[in-house]
Amino acid sequence: MPHRTGRALAFGLALFALPAQAGDVSHFDLPNGLEVVVVEDHRAPVVTQMVWYRIGSADEAAGHSGIAHFLEHLMFKGTEKLAPGEFSATVEAQGGTDNAFTSWDYTAYFQRVAADRLPLMMEMEADRMRNLRLPEADVLTERDVILEERAQRTDSSPDALLGEQMRAAQFKNSRYGIPIIGWRHEMEQLSRQDALDFYGAYYAPNNAILVVAGDVTPDRVKELAGEYYGPLAPSDKIAPRRRPQEPPQLAERRLSLTDERVSEPYVYRSYLAPGRRPGDQKDAASLAVLAELLGGSGTTSVLARALQFGDNPKAVYASASYDGDTVDSGQFGVYVMPTPGVSLTEAEAAMDAAIAQFLADGVNPDDLARIKAQIRASDIYSRDDSGDLARRYGEGLAIGLTLEDIDAWPQVLQSVTAGDVVAAAQSVLDRRNAVTGWLQAPEGAPVAPVGAPILPPAVQGATE
Amino acid sequence: MTLLRNLVAAFGLSLAFALPAQAEIDIKAVTSPGGINAWLVEDHSIPFAALEIRFKGGTSLDADGKRGAVNLMTALIEEGAGDLDAQGFAAARDSLAASFRFGSDADTVSVSARFLTENRDQALELLRSALIRPRFDADAIERVRGQVLANIRSNDKDPGSIASNLFDARTYGDHPYATDGDGTAESVGGLSRDDILAAWKGAMARDRIYVAAAGDISAEELGPMLDRLLGDLPAIGAVQPGDASPVFKAGITVKDFPSPQSVIVFGQPGIGLKDPDYFAAALLNEILGGRRFSARLMTEVREKRGLTYGIGSYLGNFDHAQVLIGQFAASNDKVAEAISVVKDEWAKIAKDGVTAEELDKAKTFMTGAYPLRFDGNGPIASILVGMQMMGFAPDYPRTRNDRVNAVTMEDVRRVAASLIRPDALYFTVVGQPTGVTSTE
Repeated sequence: MPHRTGRALAFGLALFALPAQAGDVSHFDLPNGLEVVVVEDHRAPVVTQMVWYRIGSADEAAGHSGIAHFLEHLMFKGTEKLAPGEFSATVEAQGGTDNAFTSWDYTAYFQRVAADRLPLMMEMEADRMRNLRLPEADVLTERDVILEERAQRTDSSPDALLGEQMRAAQFKNSRYGIPIIGWRHEMEQLSRQDALDFYGAYYAPNNAILVVAGDVTPDRVKELAGEYYGPLAPSDKIAPRRRPQEPPQLAERRLSLTDERVSEPYVYRSYLAPGRRPGDQKDAASLAVLAELLGGSGTTSVLARALQFGDNPKAVYASASYDGDTVDSGQFGVYVMPTPGVSLTEAEAAMDAAIAQFLADGVNPDDLARIKAQIRASDIYSRDDSGDLARRYGEGLAIGLTLEDIDAWPQVLQSVTAGDVVAAAQSVLDRRNAVTGWLQAPEGAPVAPVGAPILPPAVQGATE
Repeated sequence: MTLLRNLVAAFGLSLAFALPAQAEIDIKAVTSPGGINAWLVEDHSIPFAALEIRFKGGTSLDADGKRGAVNLMTALIEEGAGDLDAQGFAAARDSLAASFRFGSDADTVSVSARFLTENRDQALELLRSALIRPRFDADAIERVRGQVLANIRSNDKDPGSIASNLFDARTYGDHPYATDGDGTAESVGGLSRDDILAAWKGAMARDRIYVAAAGDISAEELGPMLDRLLGDLPAIGAVQPGDASPVFKAGITVKDFPSPQSVIVFGQPGIGLKDPDYFAAALLNEILGGRRFSARLMTEVREKRGLTYGIGSYLGNFDHAQVLIGQFAASNDKVAEAISVVKDEWAKIAKDGVTAEELDKAKTFMTGAYPLRFDGNGPIASILVGMQMMGFAPDYPRTRNDRVNAVTMEDVRRVAASLIRPDALYFTVVGQPTGVTSTE
């Protein structure tokens, strides 16, 4: 689904992007449990610091949805040493940028600054790992901000609303079924104490990963991390993440969202799928390659060829995606936006027929060879963006993979065979294992898509 | 395409990185044997190169009654070329692990290419075929036209697009900037293959071309490569449009849209890049509506009052118009208050200017953030082309921060008084705002 599952779709080929050469990446732990990764890139005097906490919205207590993300916002509200807003103001005063993001499985904070400002960034990030202070008035105003964020990202978007409903239908037992930003009625009740409780329980060096990428040496990072993060006390409340697991899904689930703001109807289906597991990434790699084969290209993929081409094309767009970067279950998605005049029933049937044909025909060796070539090349291209590499290491470690798993991922992808892909497809692409969602406009309304921008992104107007 | 960038998207979960102290890149000006000028930053540490090509003109070159022709043409460039149909072309490109992106906006058609050193010649031959021998096959035209039409219908139900298009329509009179470069369902539906061919010949000609490369390629290699790649493009393209005369009048236009939030676009006249006061204006805007959390609009509308998730403004320096534009979204019951706060901040900064502390901080931010932009072959190639199109010299990155630092409090006070125009601040609101009505 173009807008909503950005996490899976937006990365596309990036799923394959590989780590830099092993020699450029170092890894060590501090005695207090903080895990540290250094990605060296000395081409420009720039450094990115990221701190990832192994805590996300799927770790929230029932009834408190949104607290992980709310806390992420409140982490900018000050410590004993820093006034509210001073953290970002200090980064900005150095010419840097900073921000943060929350997922089901992790919460991460980052700054990008000139390399010689790294000590200051570490001092501040270490400070707020254990010393957050929250003025009540700031908490209430910020709660209004996250409600506006929900209104903007979710309530204003039929795509996002459908995605939210589909997750809720897919995950009946896992907290993955609850939106990261939270349900509005629960967000409205989140309190300062809720945030402090969550913070106190989970924000500690032994629940965090520090990733530093850019123009810095591992020795220097070791020295600085020891100085700033080393004195922080570990928490004795950090336990292995044993969250409610999703049972096998045995019956097909379907839903339909009708909204007057919909212009183009579409069908989106999400299958429950395995994710990457420590020491066991084979199934995930097969599914990643399957997603590329089935719907990674708008021109040459199986679904595009079957549905967008020919004398009587059924679809304006067709795509597939896989998200296996998860602690618990992953998801595999297929999407079809029908051409005007083609019903959703017809579009879905055509999609199912294309998938069935693929399972009958097997993998076209040329298609697989092209994808393997791109996987190899992504090893080269990915080295151009050390900030992105930092994100990959941080996310991988935050979801429980080891550094060895992360480094091995390209090879695991490269070793996927045509047989592996078909086996993965047969085990996952079963409608009893899926939620199928329809997005449509009300009866009688003029019909049109909520597509992703189809065209290449517009070039921005000139900026100095 | 719209003249508004999606400012709102810049806030929040973005992983966009900005940053060092001075841009220490070595830009070489290269002229090919055939006379094509390009800028180059060599960096041989990673075996690939990025190439950025832009053609001045963009969707504003659409002929009368052919709105959307340049956009559709750009979307079709890669859909079959030479001996290859659309699928054959994509397969060939992917086998080489090259990437080509074609885009258009109101002022430019752009080509962003990335290719490995190991198969550079093959990748560039393929790119050349797209630029010089695009097929525009009938089936590809219909398929991509269907996608463009879906996009247009989608934008017609998107409050952000509606607000931007309404703003442009009310501001730019009969200039091409007044309408969406994607065209309308009717105009795009009526485009013929000949219209697309005419758009191709008019928009992608050598008399309007700007080129930059970065990465694993030398000046000696680049020159002949550019002649081969671009030498057979038409020499002369379509006539460029004249300047727009944007009209701004203080007021509000409300358009009903069923949503819990309204999207608000606001703006007033801007200032040109070549104006001696440009950097004073850039600092002023940074203090007023920059993306920093400490910018005034972010502080007053978001941080203090919780009325929005994000708000910002920027100097829009287009080829034919200079504007100062802002955007935000707010729940319908908060729109009136948010607009009132924006107006207050507008009046306040026009009357009182900024504080010395604000100016210092904005300077530190702008000068510190500038070198951080040059972070990778792709971004560098893109920035280099942008600098050429703006008419800067290759040494610009070395002098730019000095220009920022030279701005005085007096400069900012003077520019605040003349540039910031509460009497010309116009708002479009798309949603169902409480207590906000059109002023006309």
